Amino acid sequence: MSRITSKLAQLHAQQRKAVVPYIVAGDPQLAVTVPLMHALVEVGADIIELGVPFSDPMAEGPVIQLAHERALLHRTSLRNIFELVAEFRRSDNATPVVLMGYANPVEHMGYAVFADAAVAAGVDGLLTVDMPPEEADELNAHLKRVGIDNIFLLAPTTTDQRIRAIAELASGYLYCVSLKGVTGAGNLDVDAVSTMLQRIKAITDLPVTVGFGIKDAASAKSVARLTEGVVIGSALVDRVAQSAKQNKAGADLIASAAALIAEIRGAVDSI
Amino acid sequence: MTDLTSNAIDYAAVPDARGHFGIYGGKFVSETLMFALDELETAYKKLSADAGFRAEFDRDLAHYVGRPSPLYHAERWSKMLGGAQIYLKREDLNHTGAHKVNNTVGQGLLAKYMGKKRVIAETGAGQHGVASATIAARFGMECQVYMGEEDVRRQSLNVYRMKLLGAEVIPVKSGSRTLKDAMNEALRDWVTNVDDTFYIIGTVAGPHPYPKLVRDFQSIIGREAREQCQTQTGKLPDALVACVGGGSNAIGLFYPFLTDGGVQMYGVEAGGHGIETGRHAAPLSAGQPGILHGNRTYLMQDDAGQIIETHSVSAGLDYPGVGPEHSWLKDIGRVNYVSINDEEALTAFRQLTRIEGIMPALESAHALAYVEKLAPRMRKDQIIIANLSGRGDKDIHTVANLDGITL
Repeated sequence: MSRITSKLAQLHAQQRKAVVPYIVAGDPQLAVTVPLMHALVEVGADIIELGVPFSDPMAEGPVIQLAHERALLHRTSLRNIFELVAEFRRSDNATPVVLMGYANPVEHMGYAVFADAAVAAGVDGLLTVDMPPEEADELNAHLKRVGIDNIFLLAPTTTDQRIRAIAELASGYLYCVSLKGVTGAGNLDVDAVSTMLQRIKAITDLPVTVGFGIKDAASAKSVARLTEGVVIGSALVDRVAQSAKQNKAGADLIASAAALIAEIRGAVDSI
Repeated sequence: MTDLTSNAIDYAAVPDARGHFGIYGGKFVSETLMFALDELETAYKKLSADAGFRAEFDRDLAHYVGRPSPLYHAERWSKMLGGAQIYLKREDLNHTGAHKVNNTVGQGLLAKYMGKKRVIAETGAGQHGVASATIAARFGMECQVYMGEEDVRRQSLNVYRMKLLGAEVIPVKSGSRTLKDAMNEALRDWVTNVDDTFYIIGTVAGPHPYPKLVRDFQSIIGREAREQCQTQTGKLPDALVACVGGGSNAIGLFYPFLTDGGVQMYGVEAGGHGIETGRHAAPLSAGQPGILHGNRTYLMQDDAGQIIETHSVSAGLDYPGVGPEHSWLKDIGRVNYVSINDEEALTAFRQLTRIEGIMPALESAHALAYVEKLAPRMRKDQIIIANLSGRGDKDIHTVANLDGITL
C-alpha cells in the first residue's frame, strides 16, 4: 500500500480529514523548503504537495506565479527537488510527498529517468497539471512501474464519463478543482463544490481532496465537511511571500506559514 | 515511425483524431479546459461541413477581407538577384494588413455560431490582436487582448488601433513580458470564463483542435497561390518561402502544396542576433521537443526544461515554440527550416521597399531575406513564391529607432 493510501486510510479510520499544504520548492530559497515541510507536518499537515517551479505556470494565479518566479531566480530544478525530498525523508518516513507541476520539466528529463529518481528520493505522487489522461499513458506506465501514485485533476467542467475514465487511471487520491479559474481565485462556492463532490462520489471510491480558493480556517472547514481532504496553496504561499518580502526568510517565515496550517488543522478537526 | 518517402505520406490523415501530428500536437491543458476544447471540436466538425457556414466564411473572405489576394511577379527584384522569378503572395493587402484576418474571420464566425458573447486573444506584434478586435467590432462582441508589456511598448501603433476598435488591451507583466506570457494569461482568462468566452488563438499552435482549424482557415493562401501560379505561369512553383513564428502563414501557404513532390519548401525562423549566440527565436533550428501551451512541439528550453527567453527584432516571431505540424514536417523532411538574423531581415525590409515599392512587415522580411539567398542559386525559368504575410507600417517606429530617428 502506498504511503498516500495508507495515510488516507488511517485518517478515514480516525474519522479525520486530510490537511494538505502546497508550497513551491525552493521558494524563496532551497534551504527553507525542508525545515518548512517538517514544521508543517508538526502542526498537522497530513500530505505535502511540493510545487515544481516552471517558467510558464498557466494554471496559477498571481501569488503562485510569483512563487515559481522566486524559485527560478536560483534555478530550482527537479534534481534539486529530489535532493530536498531525500533530505526530508531522513527524518520523516511517514508523511506522503506529492510533486505538483507542469509537463515539460518531467518530459525533458524523460519519464523513465524521472520515475526512477523520484521514487529513489521518496516521492509518493505526481500531479501534472497540463497532462490530462488522454496524453498520460506513457508517463502513467512509468509511475505504475515504480509505484508512484498519479494524481489527476477533476474540474467543475469534467463530465461524468470523464470522471469515470480518470478514476480508472488515478491512484492515491483525486484532486478536485473547486472552481473555474486559476489557483487563489476568490470565487469559491461551497454549494457548487458539494454538488460536484456528490457527482464524483457516486462514481468512484477514491479519496478526493479539494483545492483552489481555500484560503482560511472557515473555508477549509466548510469544504472539509464534504470530502476527505483540503489543499491550501495560495494563502500559504502568500505567507511565504510576505515574510520573504520583509527579508524574514528563516524562522519567522516558517512560523508564519505553520501558524496558518495550525489554524486550519484546528478548524478541520472541530468538524 | 513515419515513412520518410514523401509520396507515401497521407497529409490529410494528420492530425489524427486526438490531434497528433506524429509525436507532436495533442491536448496538454488543465482539466477545466478539456470540456471547452471538446465543445469547440464538436462545433467545428459540424460547422465545417455546414454549407451555410462555409458560404458565410467565403463571402467574408471575398468582401470583407478582400480576397483573393494578388500573386505579384516582383520582376525588378528577380532581375536584380539574377536567378529565379520571384512571386509575392500579397497577404499584406488584406483588410487589417496581414494574413491573420483569414483566421480571425473563421474563428469569429465559429464564436458567433457557438453563441459566445466575448472573445479573447493573445498577440505579439499586434496583428492578430488587431484582427481579433476587428472581428469583435463587426460582430458586436466584447474583446480583450493580452499583450506582453514589452510588446505593448514596441508596437504602440497597433495597441492604439485595438483601442479604437473597442477592444481592451491588457498588458502582461509576468515572465518575459512577450507573446508566450500573453498566451499564458489568455489561457488563465479562458479557464476562468470558460462558459461564455471564445479564445481566438492566432497561430497553428495551442491544444487540438486549434492547429488544425487555424490551418484550415489559413490554407486559402496556398489554394489561391497554387491556382494563380498555374494561371500566370502555366506551372507550379519550384519553391515556397514563408517566415515561421508560430507558423500560421507558412502552414497556410505550404499545406495545399504538400503532395506536390516537386515543390521545395522553406520555413524561415527568426535568427535574432545569430543562432550561434543563443539569442534567437528559432526552436526548429536549435530547440528540442517539449510541451508548452497545450501541445508537444520543438521549444526553446534550458537543460531543466524551463522555457527560455527569445530574441527577435520582429515581435511576431518572438515566440519560443512553433506549431506542432511544423515540428512534424521538419522531422519527416518535407519542409526545410532555416533561419535569418535581425540584420539580414532589416536589409531585406529596405531592399523590397526601394526596389518594388512594397514595405513588408519585419516578420515577412525574414522570408524575403531567405529569398535573397535562394533565388540567385536557381535558374531564371524557376519560380519562387514568397509569402508577404503582412505590411510594414507597424514596424516603422522600430526601423526608425534603429536608424537613430525618433518619430
